[in-house]
Amino acid sequence: MKLELRGITKRFGSLVANDHIDLTVEAGEIHCLLGENGAGKSTLMNVLYGLYQADEGEVLLNDEVKHFEGPGDAMAAGIGMVHQHFMLIPVFTVAENVMLGNESTRAGGLLDLPAARAKVSEIASRFGFHVDPDALIEDLPVGVQQRVEIIKALSRDAKVLVFDEPTAVLTPQETDELMEIMRQLKAEGKSIVFITHKLREVREVADRITVIRLGKVVGEASPTASNAELASLMVGRAVELTVRKDEPNLGDDALVVDHLTVVDPIGQLVVNDVSFTVRRGEILAVAGVQGNGQTELTEALLGLAHDARGSATLDGTELVGESVRKILESGVGFVPEDRTEDGLVGEFTIAENLMLDRSESPPFVRAGNLQRSLLADFAREKVEEFDIRTQGIDEYVQRLSGGNQQKVVLARELSRDLRLLVAAQPTRGVDVGSIEFIHKRIVAARDSGVPVVVVSTELDEVAALADRIMVMYRGRIVGIVPGDTPRDVLGLMMAGEVPAEGAAA
Amino acid sequence: MSKTVEHHRIAPQPDALATTVVTSWKAPIAFAIFTLIALALAVFAPRPGETTFRWSRESDAIQVPDLTVPVMQALWAVVALLAVSTLYSVLLVRSKRRVPLWLVVVFAILFMFGFLTWAGAGASLPMIGLLFGSLSLAVPLIYGSLAGVIGERAGVVNIAIEAQLLSGAFTGAVVASVVNTSTGQQWFALIAGTIAAMVSGMLVGMVLAAFAIKYFVDQVIVGVVLNVLVVGLTSFFFSQVLAPNAAAMNTPPRFDRLHIPVLGDIPIIGPVFFQQTIIVYLMYAAVALVYIGLFHTRWGLRVRAVGEHPQAADTVGIKVNRTRFWNVALAGAIAGLGGTFFTIGSGIAFNKEMTAGAGFIALAAVIFGQWDPIKATLAALLFGFASNLQNTLSVIGSPVPSEFMLMLPYVVTIFAVAGLVGKSRAPAADGKPYIKS
Repeated sequence: MKLELRGITKRFGSLVANDHIDLTVEAGEIHCLLGENGAGKSTLMNVLYGLYQADEGEVLLNDEVKHFEGPGDAMAAGIGMVHQHFMLIPVFTVAENVMLGNESTRAGGLLDLPAARAKVSEIASRFGFHVDPDALIEDLPVGVQQRVEIIKALSRDAKVLVFDEPTAVLTPQETDELMEIMRQLKAEGKSIVFITHKLREVREVADRITVIRLGKVVGEASPTASNAELASLMVGRAVELTVRKDEPNLGDDALVVDHLTVVDPIGQLVVNDVSFTVRRGEILAVAGVQGNGQTELTEALLGLAHDARGSATLDGTELVGESVRKILESGVGFVPEDRTEDGLVGEFTIAENLMLDRSESPPFVRAGNLQRSLLADFAREKVEEFDIRTQGIDEYVQRLSGGNQQKVVLARELSRDLRLLVAAQPTRGVDVGSIEFIHKRIVAARDSGVPVVVVSTELDEVAALADRIMVMYRGRIVGIVPGDTPRDVLGLMMAGEVPAEGAAA
Repeated sequence: MSKTVEHHRIAPQPDALATTVVTSWKAPIAFAIFTLIALALAVFAPRPGETTFRWSRESDAIQVPDLTVPVMQALWAVVALLAVSTLYSVLLVRSKRRVPLWLVVVFAILFMFGFLTWAGAGASLPMIGLLFGSLSLAVPLIYGSLAGVIGERAGVVNIAIEAQLLSGAFTGAVVASVVNTSTGQQWFALIAGTIAAMVSGMLVGMVLAAFAIKYFVDQVIVGVVLNVLVVGLTSFFFSQVLAPNAAAMNTPPRFDRLHIPVLGDIPIIGPVFFQQTIIVYLMYAAVALVYIGLFHTRWGLRVRAVGEHPQAADTVGIKVNRTRFWNVALAGAIAGLGGTFFTIGSGIAFNKEMTAGAGFIALAAVIFGQWDPIKATLAALLFGFASNLQNTLSVIGSPVPSEFMLMLPYVVTIFAVAGLVGKSRAPAADGKPYIKS
């Protein structure tokens, strides 16, 4: 089925998320929509899927204008979507999720589960994989969950399939398998829209590429274009894709983690007997697919874990079992994974956020009183130093872009006397320009002799920053390898396979 | 010579994470406390004589022989068994295992047997009356908890169960009284009263749904306000309208007890479960229907979907807010039906605030019952038993002060919700409005 979007415009208040976007996808074609986070790709697809109503423009299927009041209409018209955040109900089984909204029933109005199971198995076998129809979604690995999303779309006879950032949660191997499924779908004559910001993937499967920047189509490219060409089209200027950094100037062992185990409230060992060492002046990158214990590891280092056992010492001082305040005071800087959840208070100003974890003692608080003028001077200095694009230090943090919010977090943490920096997903949801800046600051911290632990699910980031790479899988360390380890080896390690020659720690 | 070549490839780890057992000392501590209570009764308040447990009434077709036990011997035996259970639970937890549910149940029954034997010394305990009354007192709690289960499964916290019960009690009484005095047809009056009660409960539910779903007002606050509002309204109408015209407007007829043939003649079970009123029989049907409905029909699948992950439900074309609205309304109707128990279900005139917190206990039953209609029903039965135990013991003249016994249902509620809930998970989107951007 041919899909055409004509002049789609969508505004949120004064923000124009989509500005007269035109897009045509032919049947049997994989059309890539390339753009940075926040460029408006997801908004466009939500308009297509009926989740948002466009302010202007129209959607055409096989040259016929369609109006979608809601996702139900879009699905009925043959549009299926594999969402970035899976739209699956964790406590339902695969079959229940696939049938939801489209249930067939037996006598007495009872659900016809056997039919749903059969449908799941039939579609899965068509693509050569196996999914247990009676497994609960929450028990399945993300890669399988994504296949359930695909099965769900296909069970409703989707002719146009939209994949919204589908590879963000996958290992490189799973990504390759997904590409294969996409090619099969294409061979079946489906039209595919593939939304991503990862250049490598685009070049691999795309038949055509449309690049979006700041809500506008800025150009089309062919899959033969180079990474640099695509990147500059996406960002609007030439970008440095790699960080320049010198050989590390290694000091003593600073952070020594010894048999650290983190137990979650239901008794799962989310971090399982982990031991490693980070030296002064070194960046240790923790790689792995999201949800393999990296988050819990960083939380344990900060004293946020529910139940942490074992030991982690920083310059000889034990961190496990200490309060968060004690740990912060001992010089641990923390860039949390989700800045809006843990890093910032959205309704506070930039200045207030810059002193969030220093509210107990001088210089910002004396005798219980905020030192406002001192704080203002400090904030102005940091805004300047960290290139935070804002109206002023009294602007609410929630009004800043993702990149500028992250710079506020970084500015706060790096302005203390650090003995350790823990940065989790430091550039998630951050524009390419800010990524460059944040990477430079992290490298600068390392060069000043601070040991750094960076957690990232993006292999590009891991490769750019790491002096050594520690790969985690299911709460355990698969291995600790040098920073220049090839991607395919890392990919295998992220799937839990120990590398051939023993680099394991 | 051939030599086996060892393939050294580390197998990918299994999908599930390694786990460890999270040990909990709650159960052994609770066991120890109750064992000490039993011991204290035996040591500091010994009572001579025998206790008779009566398992039949004279009117029953099949008589079950009474059980007579000597008080102190039985109590000491119970103390010994409780101590053994406590010790066993300590050993279990020390070896990092869980205390199984059957042990908790056995412990509770043993303790209850010991306590009843002690409290009923020198008297005979009407067990049928105790259990029958427990079921009766549990009726509004069960209806209320079904309403709570449906509402919360759909993602709306229903604090207003109390208001729905009270409005059902009020409307049922008034409509049945008025229809009865004007037409004189009792059955017609009762049916009209029941339907009116359901409608009034539904209206309260709709107000809750409208504010919570359409205007995103905090659901707990709307619920509390509705409770206060309905108490105020019914009390106002009671004193201004009903009290002066009690004969015409507040003399409701009552549902008679229906003895179900065969089932009603089974010893113990028959007199307890199958010699009840139609409100109770409707309740059996409601529990079964809600259970089957929630877990085996399209309706239930969709209700649970909007309560777990409304956005996912939306993306498959389910109208989230419409589904929530009508299910909260349905829940209101069920609670309204439960409210009839207080008036036309028992043939009692309406009185101010006569539900006396039953809605809140029903809410506790929802949580204790882990958002499952059957488990919530069992929880409500437990609370009903606690209430009726107090009634029964004060009738036979127990040595426990009645003020203390009046506390019992609430103490059981607190213990149940705080201590024994264990691993239960509310619907993920419970209480969260679904706001589309």
